[in-house]
Amino acid sequence: MKKIPLFCLVIIAFFLTINLTVFAAGKPPEEGGTLPLIKLPVPESAGEKAYLGLKGKGSFTIPQIKADVVIIEIFSMYCPYCQNEAPRVNELYQAIEKDTELKNKIKIIGIGAGNTPFEVDVFRKKYQIPFPLFPDVDFSIHKVCGEVRTPYFIGIKINKDGTHEVIYSKLGTIQDAQQFLDLILKKSGLKKEG
Amino acid sequence: MMKKIIPATVLTAILFLVSAVYGASEMFKDYIYQPGTLKPIDSKPKLKVGDKAPDFALSSITGEKVSLSQYIGKKNVVISFVPAAWTPVCSDQWPGYNLVKDIFDQYDTTLLGITVDNIPTLYAWTRPMGDIWFPVLSDFWPHGKVAKKYGVLRSNGVSERALFVIDKKGIIRYIDVHDINKRPLLEDLVKELEKLKK
Repeated sequence: MKKIPLFCLVIIAFFLTINLTVFAAGKPPEEGGTLPLIKLPVPESAGEKAYLGLKGKGSFTIPQIKADVVIIEIFSMYCPYCQNEAPRVNELYQAIEKDTELKNKIKIIGIGAGNTPFEVDVFRKKYQIPFPLFPDVDFSIHKVCGEVRTPYFIGIKINKDGTHEVIYSKLGTIQDAQQFLDLILKKSGLKKEG
Repeated sequence: MMKKIIPATVLTAILFLVSAVYGASEMFKDYIYQPGTLKPIDSKPKLKVGDKAPDFALSSITGEKVSLSQYIGKKNVVISFVPAAWTPVCSDQWPGYNLVKDIFDQYDTTLLGITVDNIPTLYAWTRPMGDIWFPVLSDFWPHGKVAKKYGVLRSNGVSERALFVIDKKGIIRYIDVHDINKRPLLEDLVKELEKLKK
């Protein structure tokens, strides 16, 4: 048996290690748990930057968004259910924005699984989506989120100390914007039951 | 030996990193057949840019016959061959095109979607996609005749994932016989449509 060069073994070992950590297909985030590490680019648009309470350039992680709750939609421009769902998610955004108490507490972002910036932009323009959308060209975010089917919604609660907790993680449409918002309020503790 | 091992190792390593999940819409639930990674291209080209596009007439899922010649002199045509219904990438690609009729209209272009599946299969597969604005055509019998004419019939009887842009004179202006495992980028097609205006 010929010897496998040490160089190749090192490369294989390196990528296997990487694969098991950063690039491994994770499980979908579980309620009570935390998000996998997801780095997104700080939006160039001043409006989107202000909406998320971010400054400067570079990247950010979702718990760095200035909010008590962040709702993340994993979608694809190519997903018919996501297309059908877009007006309802806009309704959710409007319901939050018109409520002066919730406006600065709950933010929404979308992540386009396997979508290029162009494709995300087509989706944004088609449905006049008012909240920030981020492309995930190489499916890397989709992968760490358990390669979920779309649309998939994740809600996180951000604590004062910067830690966070997943409060909602579910496949499928939100059905009704107000009911979904009520559910998020209940699960996050922003609104007590009763 | 070393020269062969190193690229192979690096390629294997890259494959670990590249993972794409197409056809993930909840609309299809778990009805999508996962064929695994296939040979990217399995046919030999018969046509080139500048050739006259071969005419054809195929049945659509709405029951009408659609020919290429009916568009000559009237509209540019994009032909989208996709390999098969109920497979991952194909189940993404057409819903995407279905969303961007305005872009096709902008460039005075229609789209013809073709697979080698039969009409009932194509009908069942495309129904949940909603109202599809472009003709969905069956190249089922004689099996893959049009795909063969266009040089995109694979050895196992399905077509390649291929795009042909044909101008109003019936001349082929762009061919993309794409890696069957990947979805062509929408912007690449739009760039080619932009060129038709020049």
